Amino acid sequence: MNNIKCECGHVNPEGTVLCEACGKPIEKNQHIDGNDTKKLLNMRYDGTARRSQTYNKSFIDKTWAFFSSVKVGVWLIVIALIASAIGTIYPQQQYIPTDAISRDPAVFYEDRYGIFGKIFYQLGLHNLYSSWWYMLLIALIGVSLVICSLDRFVPLYKALKRQKPKRHKTFISRQRFYSETDNVSDDEVEQLKTELQRQRYKISEDNGHILAEKGRFSRWGPYVNHIGLIIILIAALLRTTPLFYLDQYVWVREGEQVVIPGTDGEYFIENKKFILETYDENDERFKEAIKKQGEMIPSNFQTNAIIYKVKDDGVVGSTKELEKVKEDEIRLNHPLKFDGYTLYQAGYQLNEFTSMSFKLHKTDDPEEKAIDTFQIDLTNPKNEYKLDNGFVVKIDDYLPDYELYNGQPKSKTNYPRNPAFVFLVYPPNKDDVEISFAGIGRNIDATGENEYKLGITDFDVRNASGLTVRRDYTLPLFGLGALIFMIGVIQGMYWQHRRIWIHPNQNTLLLAAHTNKNWFGLKKDIEKAIANTSVNNVSDQQELDK
Amino acid sequence: MGNLLEISSTMLYTAFILYLIATAFFGATIKQNKNSNQKGLAEKIGISLTVIGFLAQLVYFVTRWMASGHAPVSNMFEFVTFFGMAMVLAFIILYFIYRFTILGLFALPVAMIVIAYASMFPRDIAPLVPSLQSHWLYIHVTTVALGNGILAISFVAGLIYLIRQIDQSVSSKRTTWLELILYTLVLFIGFSVITVIFNITGYEAKFNYVENGNEVTANYHMPPIVGPKEAQAMTQGTMEPWFETPEWMHGKDAPRKFNTLIWSFLTGTLLYLLTRLALRKRIGAAIQPILKKANPDLLDEVSYRAVAIGFPVFTLGGLIFAAIWAQIAWDRFWGWDPKEVWALITWFFYAAFLHLRLSRGWHGERSAWLAVGGFAIIMFNLIGVNLLLAGLHSYA
Repeated sequence: MNNIKCECGHVNPEGTVLCEACGKPIEKNQHIDGNDTKKLLNMRYDGTARRSQTYNKSFIDKTWAFFSSVKVGVWLIVIALIASAIGTIYPQQQYIPTDAISRDPAVFYEDRYGIFGKIFYQLGLHNLYSSWWYMLLIALIGVSLVICSLDRFVPLYKALKRQKPKRHKTFISRQRFYSETDNVSDDEVEQLKTELQRQRYKISEDNGHILAEKGRFSRWGPYVNHIGLIIILIAALLRTTPLFYLDQYVWVREGEQVVIPGTDGEYFIENKKFILETYDENDERFKEAIKKQGEMIPSNFQTNAIIYKVKDDGVVGSTKELEKVKEDEIRLNHPLKFDGYTLYQAGYQLNEFTSMSFKLHKTDDPEEKAIDTFQIDLTNPKNEYKLDNGFVVKIDDYLPDYELYNGQPKSKTNYPRNPAFVFLVYPPNKDDVEISFAGIGRNIDATGENEYKLGITDFDVRNASGLTVRRDYTLPLFGLGALIFMIGVIQGMYWQHRRIWIHPNQNTLLLAAHTNKNWFGLKKDIEKAIANTSVNNVSDQQELDK
Repeated sequence: MGNLLEISSTMLYTAFILYLIATAFFGATIKQNKNSNQKGLAEKIGISLTVIGFLAQLVYFVTRWMASGHAPVSNMFEFVTFFGMAMVLAFIILYFIYRFTILGLFALPVAMIVIAYASMFPRDIAPLVPSLQSHWLYIHVTTVALGNGILAISFVAGLIYLIRQIDQSVSSKRTTWLELILYTLVLFIGFSVITVIFNITGYEAKFNYVENGNEVTANYHMPPIVGPKEAQAMTQGTMEPWFETPEWMHGKDAPRKFNTLIWSFLTGTLLYLLTRLALRKRIGAAIQPILKKANPDLLDEVSYRAVAIGFPVFTLGGLIFAAIWAQIAWDRFWGWDPKEVWALITWFFYAAFLHLRLSRGWHGERSAWLAVGGFAIIMFNLIGVNLLLAGLHSYA
């Protein structure tokens, strides 16, 4: 270490620009902060020795120097900003609208947005925010945050601790706020001091040299808020592991009791009722708006649910007994919480079919008199139904959510929202089998020669609730990070570190001042302090940008 | 109840007029030939009227809240109006810190442009959909609006700085960009003017067309320069559209909005050209002389300070409160919805701004340009995202 001893006697670490104690510029290092070309001293980190500006030999030095640069940090922020904006040009994959022709991204983007949509998809921009390069960018910002902060915080902390009231004359005269006054009496200096104290400046003195300082803690604001951001980034990292973050979805039908996924079979949920309410279209207040909307506006989505826990009776293999844990209403903005899990109202399906009743009759019977009837339980359809009179109906194909896709019948989902069947009807004592297709509103005879026909006579429906199941142990960490960030950013922005130096130089009193923000406020402080004294007001020596 | 609504809209109107008169008084403070006593009086009246105007707008807000049963920040009209109100509040706060009258001369007109713009959207009271039924609605929206309002004052100070400092004796890239900013402000006025004109004439033209496979009706309130693609005119005797909306425009109601945009451009451009014709110079050049006495250092300081004050407020409202609410309502605190992303972009931008202020050479003019850029992002997130990008926040 090539320490530098200043003429004031203080020994500074290598790379120091302004002596930590007296502020005298150390000649050979003035280029570091650009002081050699300017009249004013660069006071950013009080001219301390920063590792990044001092060592530049090894690979580590160079990496450190790279990431400790604010310029690099700002570039990373700007790149992240532009990348984020690009991702909003078209919807991300998870926001492909439900009315889209296809939710397959390979189809959707090109279909809706043409050639640009295709490019968007092929570049992977439909999943931009989870792409490796976007995450890398955010990680690099994180690295930059840590290195920038360490590079500056340690030396700055030391320098502010070691600063002395007595400063070198050059340091004083090269401050932005500066004035010289001849023949100031001791009384006036005393008055100045008292007035500064009244404004809650902390005064330290050394042989007539005075340092008045306030709000030093605001200098730590940036480092505090960066710690907050680091905590948030760590939380985001932890959240990618299943240990800390659970995300499941469960459909539960009215009257049904199902195991809650992700709980290792420990918890069950029963859906007592799903409720969908809409606003009254005759409501005085909302009449106009509802009319303009052209459809009903929902006012509530709600699932009345009961949570059960498996009773642990200590006997292995015994039948499971359930114990009621909680009964509550799950609404939007009102999730249900139990034992670290949270259930959110996320979706619904009205009028899902539970059972359908059919009757068999002769095709040419104008009265469609039933030969026999049978009921299909859609939660558990049987393969064949034996009817009276020796008829057998077999289910050849069951499409729970029928739609015609490119001329082919298929099932959109596995939920009985629009059930349709291909039946094989075996009349008694006959070898040939009749094929018939039946669903809601359709009854197709494939050959046109069927002697018997199947018709729907009745059905039962119920509603289903879609619930997300979450357990997120990272939330408190995110909260802590956000809290620390807010504390840091307020500390750094709403307070300022102000210093005023009074420097007697023979018959002349030199007055200089520095703040990291809000020069206007500092000037007002000084004006107040020097009122009723002969001390000259400071002038702003800043060289404006031109 | 009808009564409350009436009071509400009257108060909004009153506030608008008061801001207008206050602007005139702030204008009087910079007249050269008046003595300082008169100037002091004009300043006092100006700020008093501003405060009274703000209170009037507060009454608008409270009465509308009482009438609808929820905080009036749930649709385009309501929250853009509230943003205008937050801007006025931010101006009042910064006025009492700096006693800087010229700020009022620009901040109030910008706030008025915003409020006038907002008033062109449907003003019916709409019921709250379930996802918005939460106290977080007003906690989140009011904090964001206040943060944005304070950041907008940074733009106002930056704009004054640019008009004051940019050399207008020769035409340059900088004069062109500055003129573009002023022209954009005139376009917003153009939108309000043309909307009012066609509102008064009661123009209407309906079209049926197919959007994403669904038959929909477009209800035009301005003559259709551009019509929906392959549309069927449903109203007799209206103008034949000159051309069709290009295919890549997909948003809800895209053709109607595109048509309105064209009308706003035409009207705004006409207004701008007429102003230029009357002034016989760039608008920037015409304003410059009255700003001679404004101290550029102070303008720079106010612009930076507004960001320093507004940034934490914005972070709290736009990211933290937003995340808490999203966690409660949508089961995730962050979901890369366009509005969320643009809030993050705003945050990134001002974070970069604050870091750049640490470097030499980024004070003064460059900083002022950045303040303008930040405001552009805020306005895009406030208006553009709702109108152009589909997402969870599109209830306009």
